[in-house]
Order: sequence, then structure tokens, then C-alpha cells
Amino acid sequence: MQLTVWTYEGPPHVGAMRVATAMKDVHYVLHAPQGDTYADLLFTMIERRSARPPVTYTTFQARDLGSDTAELFKTAARDAYNRFQPKAMLVGSSCTAELIQDDPGGLALALSLPIPVIPLELPSYQKKENWGAAETFYQIVRKLAKPRTAPKDDAAKPSCNILGPSALGFRHRDDVREIIGLLERLGVAVNIVAPLGASPDDITRLSDADFNVVLYPEIGMQAASWLTKNFAQPSTKTIPLGMRATREFIMEVTELANIDATEFLKSAEADTARAPWYAKSVDSTYLTGKRVFVFGDATHAIAAARVAHEEMGFKVVGIGTYSREFAREIREAAKRYDVEALITDDYLDVEARVQELQPELVLGTQMERHIAKRLGVPCAVISAPVHVQDYPARYSPQMGFEGANVLFDTWVHPLMMGLEEHLLGMFRGDFEFHGESGPSHLGHTTPAPLASSEVAMAHAAALEAEVAIATAQSAHPPIAEGNSIEAVVKPIGPAIWEAVAERELAKIPFFVRGKARRNTERYAAEHSIDLITLEILYDAKAHFAR
Amino acid sequence: MTATDAFDCAAIGVETSNAESAHRFIPIGKIAPPVLKQRGQREVFCGLTGIIWLHRKIQDAFFLVVGSRTCAHLIQSAAGVMIFAEPRFATAIIDERDLAGLSDANDELDRVVTRLLERRPDIKLLFLVGSCPSEVIKLDLSRAASRLSWQFDNSVRVLNYSGSGIETTFTQGEDACLASLVPPLPASSAEAAPALMVVGSLADVVEDQFARTFAALGLGSVSFFPPRRSTALPTVGPNTRYILAQPFLADTARALEERGATRIAAPFPLGVEGTTAWIGAASACFGINRDKVLSVTKSARERAASAVSRLRLKLEGKRIFFFPDSQLEIPIARYLSRELGMELVEVGTPFLHRQHLEQELAMLPTETQLSEGQDVERQLDRCFAANPDIVVCGLGLANPLEAKGLTTKWSIELVFTPIQGYEQAADLAELFARPLLRRQLLAA
Repeated sequence: MQLTVWTYEGPPHVGAMRVATAMKDVHYVLHAPQGDTYADLLFTMIERRSARPPVTYTTFQARDLGSDTAELFKTAARDAYNRFQPKAMLVGSSCTAELIQDDPGGLALALSLPIPVIPLELPSYQKKENWGAAETFYQIVRKLAKPRTAPKDDAAKPSCNILGPSALGFRHRDDVREIIGLLERLGVAVNIVAPLGASPDDITRLSDADFNVVLYPEIGMQAASWLTKNFAQPSTKTIPLGMRATREFIMEVTELANIDATEFLKSAEADTARAPWYAKSVDSTYLTGKRVFVFGDATHAIAAARVAHEEMGFKVVGIGTYSREFAREIREAAKRYDVEALITDDYLDVEARVQELQPELVLGTQMERHIAKRLGVPCAVISAPVHVQDYPARYSPQMGFEGANVLFDTWVHPLMMGLEEHLLGMFRGDFEFHGESGPSHLGHTTPAPLASSEVAMAHAAALEAEVAIATAQSAHPPIAEGNSIEAVVKPIGPAIWEAVAERELAKIPFFVRGKARRNTERYAAEHSIDLITLEILYDAKAHFAR
Repeated sequence: MTATDAFDCAAIGVETSNAESAHRFIPIGKIAPPVLKQRGQREVFCGLTGIIWLHRKIQDAFFLVVGSRTCAHLIQSAAGVMIFAEPRFATAIIDERDLAGLSDANDELDRVVTRLLERRPDIKLLFLVGSCPSEVIKLDLSRAASRLSWQFDNSVRVLNYSGSGIETTFTQGEDACLASLVPPLPASSAEAAPALMVVGSLADVVEDQFARTFAALGLGSVSFFPPRRSTALPTVGPNTRYILAQPFLADTARALEERGATRIAAPFPLGVEGTTAWIGAASACFGINRDKVLSVTKSARERAASAVSRLRLKLEGKRIFFFPDSQLEIPIARYLSRELGMELVEVGTPFLHRQHLEQELAMLPTETQLSEGQDVERQLDRCFAANPDIVVCGLGLANPLEAKGLTTKWSIELVFTPIQGYEQAADLAELFARPLLRRQLLAA
């Protein structure tokens, strides 16, 4: 048993739902109790899809367990076929149905439906969402893909499939548009995108392409390997996340497609890629050496660390993933930055690591967004799982040249916000800009009282925050004093600050004050100094001078 | 799942042998509305979802679900947003090794609970919450609870209940939780004077309003169950007169009656009329006359009636369709129909407790189409055919219905928002008026 507060991934049948929902004319009949229907809201609320996922749940109850749950499954599958008329059906069990062992695959085959039926064996007590999505896509491809019938036309443009994008993916919709555009400008035709938007008929035609572009290995790799083995279709290995990786991706594609992209690379970068110039421009100087902690699925975490290090000039102080399947890749990446990899799906471990490392920016999932918010550290989201605000209305890819621009903006903006927050803090006690004085351009009037509902809301928010902090503190027993929330906001070292040194510290510009305090206290600790005087403050400064 | 459309014979006064309606029909003086029962896919949450509000209500309790990754994923998804701090609920996720041997599963559970309680010394009450998988593998959580209570030397009270989806629907999780909390309630003394107990979790603000009203009525001894802290459990005994504040508490009511408590029958405190009847029923039981009730509640009633009348202008004549969700559907439908003039197209409820809803059913328009249980596909067909002005439904259905041009209200908000009592009567109506107003604004 594993004690879990928040989970990064759902169960494997949710992965199967992501594939079914992404596709057209596919229906998934899931042997599951009624509570499992919650999964529909992931798609309709979080991703704001306007249609229900194509899933029928048998919703068996306790009283059915004694009688015939198998019959219930057959009725549900038959009714679903008649109502939705899919072109292929997926059948399987959720965690509870797995225990009652009704064999949905066998039961569905016994119905002799006039469409392909694909049984899914997704072991709920071992595997998780991404594995379930990969396995489901693989089973669909295995069952439906057919060898190429017509010989290749040598005059035709080279062509590829795009594999991996699914429903509920992080920016999959926009990445696909960006990469299709890129491939078309390169002169490569896109045969099929799957699973996102593909029908069972499309899957049968996968073999018409010359090669496969795997955008999300977590979901598409297993199917791509099968296609390589059976239809001799090679796959791309580079994930076009970031400027450099996008260029490498183009090189890889040109080799597979046997085309020349030298001219294209020159023009494309000049046309659309502002990120490298923005990174070089002088007001990006303050980004230098920013300490960054990276966590997410392996693909996004590895790519984000590389962009942070090579394209932004940040310092990667930690990297990790919740996908144990890709632990090896993350460990290799960690070696490049000389840090220890964190492989865990326990949110509390990640929080502890963030507290310990005290990064200046967190790049993570929505879990890390919450961790960072609590600790007052700027954060940008780079990987699933994400919440509703990470499905923006605007076009916002992560991949390709435009994706690199988006990465620059979304990672740098929270840091700007961070500066503004410091400014607010700096002026909070100011004689003319303090909170109670009204806006200066409106003259010396007292601010209008808040409407009562706003007061109530502010009050409620304050209460909620208090509760959150109280719970947080009780969550960390006394031994963790150095790790407590307090410690992050205002580190309490073993050494005491002399008043004059403390005043001197206050004169240091606010944006480096935290670091100066930390370094001085570390210096004091390393030199067994109990009292930080003015002298010690400057000794420490000299010691850490770069 | 066969098409067994059945008009419930119990509803027209014939006794039923259907095991599903364990509660015998009691004639209510007028012909109750017919009930449509269909069996098919039920698009509802399981009882685990109740943890989301129960852990906010009982402030020193921790809810440990013993279940699968699905259970953990459900709770965090249904909550919609994550709570910033480490919450007072978690899931002990069963893995393959636990399935191999149940004795090991028990050892594992003990280990997980020990680790949890070491981290959280503030926890005084721990609920082990059963799930579909734990029920199917027959993991005995009641034995685990007594074992752990003993192991922690009663410094932490460990209780158990089932929130599994094979046994409970959404709010029935609160029922199961509260029922498990009844046996530990201290017994009141034999000669204790009659005392009122309000049963069912209410928002603190609503609870405080009711407490002030009862105090003004001179009704001295009033307790609320569940309490805000597990260390302040109310007493129960033959002197206890309990009144339900929520319509989904069948098992809790039975458990209280086993302890000698007597139920005060009343409509539920939704809307001005419902609140007055509810307060009135409790007061009558303590010999407080109707005139006193009307004078004490006068200003609140008038304030509420005036606020509600403004919303009536927006809602009158609008046709509403309820998908089953929380069992609050019937009392809310009664309020919307009688005080706001809305037309009830269909009122779905996951489970119909005839006895507890006796007064409510009598107040519904005679021809109201009620439905109990669900076949979501056929209910959607009926909904599209009826083309109501507003649909009350779960989160999975809301956006797909909106995309097809229907206006919706998320039913889960009816559970999370304070809606009971006079001061909230207009807020409750506003929850339905706002989606209609919004559609109108965006269409303009």
C-alpha cells in the first residue's frame, strides 16, 4: 500500500480513455462501478471538450456481484454498439472489475459485433495512466494497421505519421498544428496524426507513410516500435522542444525524408524564432544563473532542463519525473547538470526537495505549481498533469519555433511577476505608497471601502490561507524546523544576526537580499560562527563572490 | 440493464416487495407523483466524494481511503482544485502485493496508518473509508479500525465506513460516515430533558444562523451533528429529538433511532417556506407555538421573501430538468416550483427515501415526473426531447449539454454552497438564475 495525497497520474483505464476520446468513431465499453464515471469530467471540464467521452460504463452495483455482472457487461456493449455505431470498440475493466474477472474481451467477442473489438488488459494495481494510454494505442495499431498495398510512388513527396498526441495532453492540440506546419514547410506530407483525430480507417493506412514522428514517447513509442518492426517505418527520436532541439529534429527529419533543409533552417529561424534574440537581449541579463528546479513527465522534464540550461542561461539545480518507466533517461539527464535525479510519484517528496533546494523558478506540473505557490517561488507549467487554465483559448504550442517563443514568455513572466512582488514588498512600508493611502493620482482621498461581498471574500480567503498554513505546519513535525515554510520565506539559520548587520542587509537590493542572507548564514554555519556581525556579512560576500 | 420501465407501485399506495425500497410506503394523504425507474449507466459520483466537504466540517478528522489509484484520482478531480496545504484526506493505494495476501494487506494498512499518525499528531479522529476494491476483496476495515484504536491506546479514535461506488452514491457517503459516528456518541442520562439534535452537515454560517434562531425561540439545548470537532460529540438517548437538515441520511437516522432518538418529521430547510416549516416542526416538538415561531423569524422571513421575489421575476415559468445526483433534487424542486414558479419537467434522484421525503413529496405538483436511479442515455434522450430552459446535472454532462444549446447548472455546487435557511434562500435561487442570465447576455 502506498499513502498518496495527490497523484500525478490516474489509473491505466484513464489512459485508455485519453486515446478513445482523442479518436473518431471509437467507443470504449468499460466494466466499472458508477463512481468511475467521474473520469468524464476530466475531459469535459478540465479540457473543456464539448462532447462526452465515447465511453460506456457498466456501473455494476454491490447487488449485481452475487448475480451476473458478465451479462450486464454484454448488455452494455450491445446497447453501446446500437446507440453509437462505432467503427471499432475497445473493451476492458477498471480496477474493481479487474478483481471480479469477468473477461470483457471474451464477452465482447461472443457478441459477434460487425466491427473490430479490441480487448485491453490494463493491470490497475501495477500500472498507471501513461502506460495505459501507450498500451491502448499500441493494441489499436496492432489490431487495425495493415501493410501497405499500393507501391510507393517515387515522385510523391516524402510522408510521415505523427504519433502520440492524445486527449487531455499538455498542449498536444497546438504542438500538432505547429509540427504539421513545420513538416509541410520542409516538404514532408503528413499522412496520419494518431491517436488525436484519427479514425479506425486512418489507422489501417499508417503504413502508407515513409516514417513516423513520435512527439510524445510516453504514449506513442510502443506503437512506433511495432510499426518499425512490422512495416520497416523508422521513427524520429528527437523531441522538438526548444530552439536547439527543433533544429536537431529538422535535421533528423531531413535525413529520414532524404531532403535538404539548409536554406529552410536559415529562413525559418529568422522568420519566427524570437526566443534566441530575447535571451541575448540585455534585459535578460538578470536571468543568468537563476536556479531552476524541473519536474514533470520524462520527455518534458529532460527537454525543459536543456532549454533552461542552454537557451535561457539558467542553472538547473534539480530534475525529476513521476514516470518510473523513464527513470534511466532522467538519471542520464541529471548527470549532465551534476545533480541528483528525483524519481518519485509522491508529491510530498517533491515538495521536500523544492524546500531543500530553494530554487528561484520551478518548472513543473500543476502539483509543483501548488508547491511553488505555497513556498512563494515563481513557477511555470511544463508538463501534464495540468488544470483548466493550462488549456488556453489561444494558440500556445510548446514545440517547434513558435513553441520556443512560448517557452521564453511563459518561463520569464513569472520571474517578472516575482520582481513586481518584491517591489510591492519594498514599498509596503513607504511613507507615501503604503497600502492605506489612496491612489496618488486621485489626490489625498481615503480609499473607497470594499463592497461587503468583497470583504467577505477577502476574509474567507484569509481564513483559508490561515488554515492552509496551520495544516502545513502541523504537517511538518518539529524535527523539520529547517525545512518549515518559515525557513523558505525567511531562513532561520543557527547564527544570530547582529542588529547593525541586519540593517546593512536591508540596504542590499531586494532581488539579491534573500540570496545574501542565505549565503551569509551558510558561511556562518560552515565556520561555526554564532553571531553574524557586519564583518562576517562582508566576509561572506567576499567568500561567495563570483 | 434490460429495459424495465416501471412505474413504482409503492408510489400509489400499494405495498412493495422490491428489496430496493426497504422503506415501506406510508400513505401521505394525497396521491404521490409517479416514479420512473430505469436501469442503465448511472452517471454519478460515488460516496468517496463526500470527503471533500466532510473533512472541512469535522476539523480534526482525517479520511483515509483504502482503495485504488482511481479513488485517489477521483477525489482530487472531483474537488476541482487542489488545496494548497497537505489535506486531511489521503488514499492508501492497494497494490498487487496487497491482493496476493490479505494478512499482508492488514499489516500494510497498519504501517500506513502508523506513518500517517506520526506525521499528523493533530488528528483525533481517523476514518478508514472503504472503496469498491476494498469491498470486493473483503478487506475488513471494521476489524482494522478496532485493532488500530487499541494500538494507539485510544489517543486517536479510528472508525470505518464505506464510500464505495458499488454501495453508495455521492451524498450517501456522508450518510455512511455519520452513521459510523453514531455508536461512539456518549449516552445522555436517563432523566435528561428532551434536547434537539440537528443532523446533517451544514456550512458553519448556516449552522450559526439556525443556532441563533433556536436560541431566540428559547430552545435551549441544541446540538449539531456532525460536530466541528470530534472531541465535542453530542450526547444521544431517548431524550434526543433529531431533525434532519439533509435528505440523504437514511442510515444515520436508523442508527440514531437505535440509540433511542426520535425523528421530527419536517420538510427540509430550503426556501422560505421549507425553512419555516422545518423550524416550526422542531419548535412544536418542544411546545413552542406557531405564533412565537412566526414572530421570532419575522424579519428574516420578510427579508428572504423580498429577495426571493426579485428572483421570481427571472425564474417564473422556466422549465427545469434534474439529473439525479445528491438526493437534494426533490426539496430543491419543491422550492423552485412553489416559491419561484418554475415548471418541473423531470426530477431525478439517485435514491428516493419515501419516509424522510413524505412532506416534500406531498408539496410537489401532483403530475411531477420523478425518476429514481438512472439510465443516462435514455434520460438524455428525454432531456433533449423536452428541451428544458435549464438542466441540473453533473460535471461530466454540463459542457456537452451547453454545447448542444441547453443551459445547465452543476449539481455539485448545490452541495458545496450554503443553501439552507432564510438568508440563503435567494442565493439558492440565484444559482439557477445566473446561468439563464448568462446565456441571455451572451446571446445578445
